[in-house]
Amino acid sequence: MARKSAETRPNILGAIGGWLWLAVIILPIYYIFITSLRPREDYYSENPLSWPSNATLDAYVRVLENDFVRFFLNSVVVTACAVAVTLAVSLMAAYVVVRNRNRFGRNLFRVALLGIAIPIQAAIIPVYYLIVQMGLYDTLLALILPSIAFAIPLTLLILTNFLREIPEALFESMRMDGATEWKILRRLVVPLSRPALATVGVYQALQVWNGFLFPLVLTQSAETRVIPLSLWSFQGQFGVDVPAVLAAVVLSVLPMLAAYILARRQLVSGLTAGFGK
Amino acid sequence: MTIAAKTASRGARNRSARPAGPSPWMAAPALIIFGVFAIVPLFGVVALSFVDWDGLGSLSWAGFDNWTEAASDPVSRNALWLTIKLTVLCVLFQAPVSLLLGVFLAGRQRYRALLATLFFLPLLFSSAAVAITFTALLDPNFGVGTALDADWLSQNWLGDPELALYVVVFVIGWSFIPFHTLIYQAGTRQIPRELYEAARMDGAGPASQFFRITLPMLKYTIVTSTTLMTVGSLTYFDLIFVLTGGGPGNATRVLPLDMYLTGFRSYDMGKASVLAVVLVAVGLAVSLGLNRITGASRMDSQSEGS
Repeated sequence: MARKSAETRPNILGAIGGWLWLAVIILPIYYIFITSLRPREDYYSENPLSWPSNATLDAYVRVLENDFVRFFLNSVVVTACAVAVTLAVSLMAAYVVVRNRNRFGRNLFRVALLGIAIPIQAAIIPVYYLIVQMGLYDTLLALILPSIAFAIPLTLLILTNFLREIPEALFESMRMDGATEWKILRRLVVPLSRPALATVGVYQALQVWNGFLFPLVLTQSAETRVIPLSLWSFQGQFGVDVPAVLAAVVLSVLPMLAAYILARRQLVSGLTAGFGK
Repeated sequence: MTIAAKTASRGARNRSARPAGPSPWMAAPALIIFGVFAIVPLFGVVALSFVDWDGLGSLSWAGFDNWTEAASDPVSRNALWLTIKLTVLCVLFQAPVSLLLGVFLAGRQRYRALLATLFFLPLLFSSAAVAITFTALLDPNFGVGTALDADWLSQNWLGDPELALYVVVFVIGWSFIPFHTLIYQAGTRQIPRELYEAARMDGAGPASQFFRITLPMLKYTIVTSTTLMTVGSLTYFDLIFVLTGGGPGNATRVLPLDMYLTGFRSYDMGKASVLAVVLVAVGLAVSLGLNRITGASRMDSQSEGS
């Protein structure tokens, strides 16, 4: 009896802390949302946290009239290409690490482990040099290639750990049937690793979508601008038009919010996959 | 492809032979992209720290000039000091909060699951978006201070050199505590329930259960999370760049920011590379330390990706 009451006794301190932190998290998000609906002229007169008395979507119109659609499409192209290529090349490499029993596979894994520790900030100057030398400066490819490179280590690590759980017998039986390595990759490895691909894919999409340093250093013109950079330039351009800037913030987070609602489990496990436990 | 097919079928006929693994060439695309855009730059940045380059023209040998210049530059020294200060403050703020929240969220109650869902939201925002939001929210005239009519909230948060760094620490915490909370939540759920049952039999209250069981069992999680926080604080760039631009004055000009401004605003790539090398060195040292402490062998049996 005493045991049971100890188990179910509510943790009041914890609950207070939890709800307090919720307030800290939600207040800025609530503020972004209501301010984006506030008319420009009311921004200076109304209470910043009150519901706008003349709620309007004008701020969104101003943002969309300023090429936001193009920035959005640039971000979609960069994110989709970077994630697709990262998944494809990392899965092939992970297959080699798991199935190639000699030293090559092990060393590959070690390089990936080390690669996780390379900060983008530290490599940015040589990356800039390489991109300029290759004539790729201010193109979307200049964003895609380095993004792939820095996504590979963690992707390879997660996929490798996943492929190791596939029973040896499955590979053997396909090989007995005379399947080539490519066929095994297509017919066995790809279908079985679909959950891991989804997990790490959603995670890397979040990283690329929100990436700031590569676009800042490797692109320049409005033609190649991606969303995070556009938020920054809106801030300079609109200046005092805070509702428009925050409307752009809302639009920038919508795809990630959709991903979170549709694939919450994948996103959460992707974030903890490399380090959890 | 045909060669692979032949070796595979030969392997099938000759069962005593070692099974042929996939050709190493399958790893080539990943290795090439990773090599060119991550490994080469890692060595390249060391090389660039010994040359003079304005970012456009040609390179010329500079010897150790950049190094002595960076070592004697008060701005860079200050940047290193600020980075250390920022790292310590970030860990002191984030570690206890995420530990407590993570342990709390590990409970299976319905409302805690709801809280966990909402706590995740900051992770969806880009650093640029977070910085822009807080710039507006902390505005001394039209921000949260006016809304709540509280004088202590109406300070010039980002314009006061005494306050700006602490604001940066808070905003970084706002965006990254959710991630560390997730790690602690996962770590706490791994603790066997029997330990708590046994402790309750012995009459241990909630506080002593927390200090005698939860904390010691989370040892590795604490090491992992704290190391990630440390490496993360060394490299915070985008958030501070958009939030303060390093100012006011140089009050928040941490090492990565100093590197960017030196390289891409003052066009002194050689000296910026020196600062980047320092960043890599510290980052690698901390990460290798993590590997050593937690044991890389753990990596073999992770099925978290499922």
